Amino acid sequence: MIAQNVLLNEQEMIKWQNKLQKEHQKVLFWEAQAKGEERKRLAGLRQEIERQQQRIAKPQQLDYQSTAIKLVPPQTVIKNLIMAFLVGGSICLIGQIFYNLFTQGGLGIKDASAATASLLVFLGALFTGLGYYDVLGKVAGAGSIVPITGFANSIVSSALEFKSEGYISGVGARLFNVAGPILVYGTMVSILVGLVYYFAR
Amino acid sequence: MTPNKIGKQTLQFSSAPVITSWASVVGPMEGKGPLGEKYDLVLRDTLAGEKSWEKAEQKMMQYSIELAMEKHDLLPKDLDFYLAGDLLNQITCANFTARFLNIPFLGLYGACSTLAEGLCMAGVFLEGGFAEKMGFSASSHHDTAERQYRTPVELGDQRPMTAQWTVTGSASLIVEKKGNGIKLTHATIGKIIDLGISNAQDLGSAMAPAAFDTIKTHFEDLGRSENDYDLIVTGDLGLLGHGILKELLKEKGISPDKFNDCGIMVYSPEQDTHCGGSGCGCSGVVLTAHLIERLLSGYYHRLLFIGTGALLNSLTSNQGETIPCIAHAVVLESRGE
Repeated sequence: MIAQNVLLNEQEMIKWQNKLQKEHQKVLFWEAQAKGEERKRLAGLRQEIERQQQRIAKPQQLDYQSTAIKLVPPQTVIKNLIMAFLVGGSICLIGQIFYNLFTQGGLGIKDASAATASLLVFLGALFTGLGYYDVLGKVAGAGSIVPITGFANSIVSSALEFKSEGYISGVGARLFNVAGPILVYGTMVSILVGLVYYFAR
Repeated sequence: MTPNKIGKQTLQFSSAPVITSWASVVGPMEGKGPLGEKYDLVLRDTLAGEKSWEKAEQKMMQYSIELAMEKHDLLPKDLDFYLAGDLLNQITCANFTARFLNIPFLGLYGACSTLAEGLCMAGVFLEGGFAEKMGFSASSHHDTAERQYRTPVELGDQRPMTAQWTVTGSASLIVEKKGNGIKLTHATIGKIIDLGISNAQDLGSAMAPAAFDTIKTHFEDLGRSENDYDLIVTGDLGLLGHGILKELLKEKGISPDKFNDCGIMVYSPEQDTHCGGSGCGCSGVVLTAHLIERLLSGYYHRLLFIGTGALLNSLTSNQGETIPCIAHAVVLESRGE
């Protein structure tokens, strides 16, 4: 009925909206009364009117969005990158120091890795509980999300959040609210990578 | 016949109901903001001695209505009706506060426009002769809103630059048929406007067209312009939404000089909230702590207050729905003309 991507002025817009609304109501009424094949045909017609209704609103939405987007403050990408590098690197450096200390103390490579990971998870959880990790995250972004401490943060913050709903339906049910997707897709990707490695070897 | 309706959407309260008493209770962060000293009560922490943030928010709303009643020497039984609303699912905060007050109650939900919606409703009740005295509250709490709409509070994520900070605060007002205070003369009830913004972290852009539509209709209905007001203040568009609203106004040839926004007034730039404040409490505490005082002192004579609300929940935004928004406007006048 009406061409796509035409920006209508206000009066035309209201005119079309009212016209389509009237048709929609009428067709819906016929559809409610009709039976069998006729009903199916009318349902198709109704859906076509619904598409028309969306179509006349679209150019107006796009027009507005193009005005709005110009005023959106830009993300501080460079600053974020540098901060993520520095903080993420520092967390890894701390991990490396612990790892070296563990190996010097006589632990094997595997045991030292496990002990380091556990210690970092503990520290991530501790600082989340003390209320410092979100302050760090605000500055560091991915720098504090990507290391294993970020994983601890996502679980402990959920646990703290839902504690007031009890241990079963609160903490138990929602512990993996944030970390759940990471676990699901992380596991899936690791399987895929494993398969690729197995066949490509 | 509708003698009290003017134009398409505007109500006229010829008997001019009066806001006689008001109170605001806020959290510690708002207490450190530029209006910090003006609030009636600043909580020491966001838990307010309760076990959960939800309970704290309910207490906050209760304190604010109690303070508003006490200032005017009223008791709950003196109020004919109580209206309240908040942001929690099923407006539990309002319901639980009404449980405490034990007077006839209507719950309201208009997201962050609840305060303006409540003033419209109170005006209708008093103008229609259905009540002598009405109580009204609206509240929001940063931590309860965050967990409901976004992520756990302690999660170390970066908020985008377009995000706003939900205000921890509750405001209550007592509106009476007669008395000393601020007159409520008109209200414009808004339409839902949705221009296809679906980013739940950018509510300013979503709400600006709704505010614009209501302002425009208000001017058309009453034959007024921005020059008839000393200040035109929107609820919680924030820096970005306010900027967009100014652009839209300029396009229509309306001068944006007299416009301001509660979301910008509630926090100082050093508090680093990105685009400013939001929530029912935002417009509420700024109106009760700051704007009403200015009206009383005669600094402003007539003020247009526009509550803006984004009507989404986390489910609809996860499903990729766009955000329908609404704005209601009320005209407040100081006594002396």
